[in-house]
Amino acid sequence: MTAASAEPSREPIVSVRDLQVRFQTSDRRATVKAVDGVNFDVRRGETFGIIGESGSGKTTIGRALVFLLKPSAGAILHDGTDPLALSRKQFQSHRRDYQIIFQDPNAALNPRMTILASVLEPLELAGIGTKAERERQAREALERVGLPQEFGERYPHQLSGGQKQRVVIARALTLRPKLIVCDEVVAALDMSIRGDVLNLFADLQRDLGLTYVFITHDLAVVSHISERVAVMYLGQFVELGPTEAVSERPLHPYTQALLSAEPRPLPSSMRLEERIVLQGEVPSPIDPPTGCRFRTRCPHAQPLCAEQAPEWRELKPDHWVACHFADPNFSPDQEPPEETP
Amino acid sequence: MQAGQPGERRSEVARDGARPLMSVRGLGIRFKTSQGIWQATRKIDFDIAPGERVGIVGESGCGKTITGLSILRLLPGNFAGLDGKIIFDGTDLASCGARQMRSIRGKRIAMIFQEPMSALDPVFTVGHQIAETLRVHTSISYEEARAKTLEMLRRVGIASPERRIDDYPHQLSGGMRQRVMIAAALICGPQLLIADEPTTALDVTVQAQILELLRDISETSQTALMLITHDLGVVAETCTRMITMYAGEVIEDASVDEALVRPLHPYTSGLLRSLPHLSPRHGRLPSIPGRVPSIAEMPNGCRFRARCAHATKGCEAEQALQDAGGGRKVRCWRFAELNLPGALHPPETSVAARVAAQ
Ligand SMILES: Nc1ncnc2c1ncn2[C@@H]1O[C@H](COP(=O)(O)OP(=O)(O)OP(=O)(O)O)[C@@H](O)[C@H]1O
Ligand SMILES: Nc1ncnc2c1ncn2[C@@H]1O[C@H](COP(=O)(O)OP(=O)(O)OP(=O)(O)O)[C@@H](O)[C@H]1O
Ligand code: SF4
Ligand code: SF4
Ligand SMILES: [Mg+2]
Ligand SMILES: [Mg+2]
Repeated sequence: MTAASAEPSREPIVSVRDLQVRFQTSDRRATVKAVDGVNFDVRRGETFGIIGESGSGKTTIGRALVFLLKPSAGAILHDGTDPLALSRKQFQSHRRDYQIIFQDPNAALNPRMTILASVLEPLELAGIGTKAERERQAREALERVGLPQEFGERYPHQLSGGQKQRVVIARALTLRPKLIVCDEVVAALDMSIRGDVLNLFADLQRDLGLTYVFITHDLAVVSHISERVAVMYLGQFVELGPTEAVSERPLHPYTQALLSAEPRPLPSSMRLEERIVLQGEVPSPIDPPTGCRFRTRCPHAQPLCAEQAPEWRELKPDHWVACHFADPNFSPDQEPPEETP
Repeated sequence: MQAGQPGERRSEVARDGARPLMSVRGLGIRFKTSQGIWQATRKIDFDIAPGERVGIVGESGCGKTITGLSILRLLPGNFAGLDGKIIFDGTDLASCGARQMRSIRGKRIAMIFQEPMSALDPVFTVGHQIAETLRVHTSISYEEARAKTLEMLRRVGIASPERRIDDYPHQLSGGMRQRVMIAAALICGPQLLIADEPTTALDVTVQAQILELLRDISETSQTALMLITHDLGVVAETCTRMITMYAGEVIEDASVDEALVRPLHPYTSGLLRSLPHLSPRHGRLPSIPGRVPSIAEMPNGCRFRARCAHATKGCEAEQALQDAGGGRKVRCWRFAELNLPGALHPPETSVAARVAAQ
């Protein structure tokens, strides 16, 4: 452990420094800068939300956090330790503490295995306990996620989408992780059961002291579940802060546009009069714009934005932003009418 | 009619105005399956007025897509029968001849889908595909068709269309492909556009552009829009009326504002309450217990019964979509005695509410 000065409870469970992840395109002729210089800490016991549009790099960060892929540059520390510096054996057991769950429960469950066998699998692979102990743990995990005993003998096709996602959660829980990366875990679920699964995540966090990194493109889900939220655009964070501040007093023009574009199920009398409709679409991460990456779509862009990348700075306590012109006194109520054709 | 302010509601005008453009009565679809004949939807009734924008909402499998497809008689091979009537501008689409259907489909009623790539042919340029639709339905020269295509591409917001018209679908981004689909759907000036989840595959900022385009086109050219979606926010932003479906039936039909503020059906109310809201609340989300009954085990009477907190013995009786007054309809025995909550969360916590309060 490092940082003896810090209170133990405030020591971040994950620290990410200058993280970069690059991929070769399939023709090997170009490099995709999927994650390009990201810094953040995840605090123990919190839910850290990451939002951003398709291709912004959310899943890539999630996979890097649990070492499903290796950073191209930068560092990821778990509890102050660099897992890549561990021996292979230590690394294998360390990894159990950091799990990831994906969007599609169908892809995560083997259709030919019973539910109980699927939940047992990670315990068997890790060689934990005796057969009887493993089975007890697996059944406990199923009960934890609210599935009755008899579900253990069923097959995935006999379960609804919400039930399958519960099985996937149970499977991740058997290894008693400290942190779970949840990548779009409610996106494939029907509206009326989403609330149930989100409630389950909240219960598990309270009872087991879990930490979550919650990845989603759904702003309503992220504001409901997270204490803090980061906004991603083209491989970088553009804003990070307490959820309430980011969703009600956003500092970055992209966050402002994202919030104003989100369709709200509210009657016409309560909806925003002026919305910021961005022109164009997200540029390619192979060849991102110079300077500020958002400048090609930013309604406030100035010549400086093309020349110089904005600094990542803490403009208000705990509230970070990367924009040359972000204004700490911004409030959405004063947003001037912009770009509304 | 002039284009209104974005977001302005015109349901009253549309509903009380002229006779409906389309009137669906008792529509039902049956499929042959290995387990026998399945009644997938039944007794579907609704009207769409000229230029009206109607959202069809409901969970996966409730019958939204097949209702849209049956209007155009684009039914899958194992379809076993269609009940009821679909009166479109005087013609019953459920019973008219195949030739008449072909002259309506694509020309007077057009449809767009969630995944534009599956509807666009990868081997033809987008310009060719749009112009062909026009040439099938009208006798028009190649040059004229191309000129109209350019104009339509510009209209749907494609920048420098003369550079894009000869592109192949794979050369375009997802948002541009959806614009091309819309251009192809609108090129013959249809009276009704059926859009099935047109923005589900798109990012929110691009979604906002497409929804604005659909709203704008419907307002300026009086094209009625039937927007199929599971996203109540999308309906609120785009439509004037909302039809909620559950387990193959229409269970509520009301103006969007009325449905959101004072839903009459326990399912609509439950759905609205279960949505996480944009403001942080961290509390428990109310949820609807249980799941949608499968087609094979549909209960008699109210199909929502097993999940409904207000169910009584009487709810087992067969029911119909009832007139609830003020142009609203609901399929619930007890709607008049229930006073159900809608979408509004504590207003002081939401940005929208703060802005609206000024
Ligand atoms: N294995 C890979 N090889 C090449 N490129 C990749 C690979 N994985 C991801 N990418 C690219 O990296 C970028 C970021 O992808 P990522 O999946 O992290 O985005 P995301 O934010 O999770 O998007 P979505 O919301 O669509 O899931 C994209 O441009 C993607 O095409
Ligand atoms: N070809 C078919 N054969 C048998 N059943 C079908 C067929 N097509 C659709 N169904 C069934 O009809 C019901 C309605 O399907 P539909 O595709 O209209 O649902 P939907 O409301 O559009 O759902 P989603 O939101 O998932 O798109 C479903 O139960 C579906 O399984
Ligand atoms: S740095 Fe410039 S282009 Fe980037 S978000 Fe700020 S104002 Fe817009
Ligand atoms: S009819 Fe009865 S069970 Fe059905 S929604 Fe109304 S109150 Fe509930
Ligand atoms: Mg992803
Ligand atoms: Mg559908």
